[in-house]
Amino acid sequence: MKPLKSIVIATALATVAGGAMAQEMTIVSWGGAYSKSQLKAYHEPYSAKTGVTIINDDSSNEAVAKLRAMNEAGNVTWDVVDVVAADAMRLCDEGLAMEIDPDTQLAPAPDGTSAADDFGDLLVSECFVPQIVYSTTFGYRTDMVGDTPPTSVCAIFDTETYPGKRSLEKRPINNVEWALVCDGVAAEDVYDVLETEEGQNRALAKLDTIKDDVVWWSAGADTPQLLADGEVVMGSTYNGRLFSVIEEQNQPVAMLWDYQVFDLDGWIIPAGLSEERKQRALDYIYFATDTQRLADQAKYISYGPARASSAPLVGKHADLGIDMAPHMPTDPANSKTAVLYNFEFWADYRDDIDAKFQAWLAQ
Amino acid sequence: MTDASQSGPMLAADGTPLKLSLARSLRRQKMRALMLIAPLLVFVLLSFVLPIASMLFRSVENSIVSDTLPLTVEALAEWDETSGELPDEPVYDALTHDMVAAVEAKIHTRLGSRLNYEETGMSSLFRKSGRQFKKLDPATDGPFKDKVIDIHDGWGDVETWRVIKTHSVKITNGYFLNAVDMRRTPEGAQAQPEDKQILVKLFGRTLFMSLVITGTCILLAYPISYLLANLPMRVSNLLMILVLLPFWTSLLVRTSAWKVMLQQQGVINDTLVWLGLVADDARLVIINNQIGTIVAMTHILLPFMVLPMYSVMQTIPPYYTRAAKSMGATNWTTFWRIYFPQSIPGIGAGSILVFILAIGYYITPEIVGGTKGVFISNRIAYHISSSLNWGLAAALGTILLAVVLLLYWVYDKIVGIDNVKLG
Repeated sequence: MKPLKSIVIATALATVAGGAMAQEMTIVSWGGAYSKSQLKAYHEPYSAKTGVTIINDDSSNEAVAKLRAMNEAGNVTWDVVDVVAADAMRLCDEGLAMEIDPDTQLAPAPDGTSAADDFGDLLVSECFVPQIVYSTTFGYRTDMVGDTPPTSVCAIFDTETYPGKRSLEKRPINNVEWALVCDGVAAEDVYDVLETEEGQNRALAKLDTIKDDVVWWSAGADTPQLLADGEVVMGSTYNGRLFSVIEEQNQPVAMLWDYQVFDLDGWIIPAGLSEERKQRALDYIYFATDTQRLADQAKYISYGPARASSAPLVGKHADLGIDMAPHMPTDPANSKTAVLYNFEFWADYRDDIDAKFQAWLAQ
Repeated sequence: MTDASQSGPMLAADGTPLKLSLARSLRRQKMRALMLIAPLLVFVLLSFVLPIASMLFRSVENSIVSDTLPLTVEALAEWDETSGELPDEPVYDALTHDMVAAVEAKIHTRLGSRLNYEETGMSSLFRKSGRQFKKLDPATDGPFKDKVIDIHDGWGDVETWRVIKTHSVKITNGYFLNAVDMRRTPEGAQAQPEDKQILVKLFGRTLFMSLVITGTCILLAYPISYLLANLPMRVSNLLMILVLLPFWTSLLVRTSAWKVMLQQQGVINDTLVWLGLVADDARLVIINNQIGTIVAMTHILLPFMVLPMYSVMQTIPPYYTRAAKSMGATNWTTFWRIYFPQSIPGIGAGSILVFILAIGYYITPEIVGGTKGVFISNRIAYHISSSLNWGLAAALGTILLAVVLLLYWVYDKIVGIDNVKLG
């Protein structure tokens, strides 16, 4: 009995000691294929290098509200959080995310370019380290558009040539911009027009012409399902979702990149972490946002790396073996008419225009 | 036997009056009972009452403005907001002091997003001016009026100051006004512009659709419960499992299944087209509208109606109906005069359950409701998780709670709450 007992005790002690020594961090992301790409490109190599155990939490779509609640309760349990840029700005405004200095706290590019220059304009908030560029764009059923596949985003308003339902997101952002562009407003003037009451009404009036033909979605998976079922002829969603419908599920769907809207997704570190956890989070972000790591992620999902220096390193898809570059929203052939989400404008106008948009929808 | 003839109060064995002794032991029993439920009581208080109370308090709490800009709020008291003129130097001086301190503490942007709910543009006004204010020294750099307006022309806009002054009170009715499509202005409560009015409409729709859903649930559940209560045990058990089976399936799975059934390329439409009842180019639109919400929610809430109805019907003695029939009543009279009145408590209990659950639903309307089938809860969810306007969300929630309590009271007056039985 005695040896057995001591073995049990020794094991218990080792577990306790191991538990205290093994470092853990909780990283919050979106789940699904996106989290998987981060696991392969960031988490696994980081754990192998440092021994830190990474716990995944798929709560990004409610991250802002949850972080605020955690902050008020004084118990922040997350270490690193993946959010879209607009949410990062909101968190930064609310004092819920800490500021990160790109020059000292992020890795420079291999050729010595500073991180600030390498990310360039994409550093839209002081608290935000961008990771990928994704876009909201359109996919259409190739078998439902006859011999004239759409080439312009205005096809969504052309119900004569392309009869059938189209799916749009149940929020004003992006939809009102597309409406104005198709109503004859030059792309560079869109936000000047949208600042005015008449401009907002003009956008809603344009959307009103197709109101009965629209299925409104609120989850990113809706449009791919609607397209696959032939329920809609075209619809907007995130480009990575369309990639998987087209390339992985081989559905008769094609991309319409015209006036795709770039948006950013990246990391923030919650404010109010203990010094030890903060250092660990910063160390993780330094590693996970360097040039090679960002390029690696593109092997698993068709979102463009946020660093300029990562673009030439983008290779082939890990399972399908196809070249990923042409599927990137940032590929020159795809991004001729692309626009970047206007973070400043929407931070100010979101509450106001959303109220009008919802009132219009309910009419 | 001398004790019995003794005058004065009856005494217990230890000499204390029996009444006192009895009261003491009863009190002890009550205390013991209270101690037994104390953990539960504390748990309910801590985990249920307190959070709800604190959430409801948010609907009026508004100390952020006077906490972030204390001097400015004080200085603004002197300013006449109806004059149409900008405030004078003391206000700008106070603002500079406040903003320098707020930027230091990194709380100025928080106030910006709070005020942006009331006036578009406040968010960027505070965010963009923050860094510039940092460069000013409140002690030596005055006068500030022109310098501050130079920083951002928003500070030279009377509307900015009107908004700050209007919302500087610590306890506000602003969120409740917003919740009923009105807003707080210096001239008192006013209606929102027409193109932003939506919440009252959604309240009305929520109540109306919840009533319709309760009605359809009664219609469907009554015959099922009758069958369950009157069939032989073996068959009724099987039926019961069929009722409960969807109950055990995930809500999201059931809702998504309705999508497959109801969409235009879905099972129902395909069948109708195949039967030739509906033309291929005129498929029925039965999802992403009110019909979709009613169908899916009726299905989901049906067990909550069946179970109380069934348990009440089980207790109705079969010989009442036999007696009625033996005295010459027709089937219909027997049902309507004898059986139905006895089953009303079950209908009442089921209706209350279904209605109260329906009024707070949001996942199902979000998925199958399109634009015409969404509820007020969808807006509450939006304000909690997207716009972070928790004050407005709390106000909407409070109103919803008040409406439910009011309806409960009306129900009690009309039907009587004693008439509700869960079995």
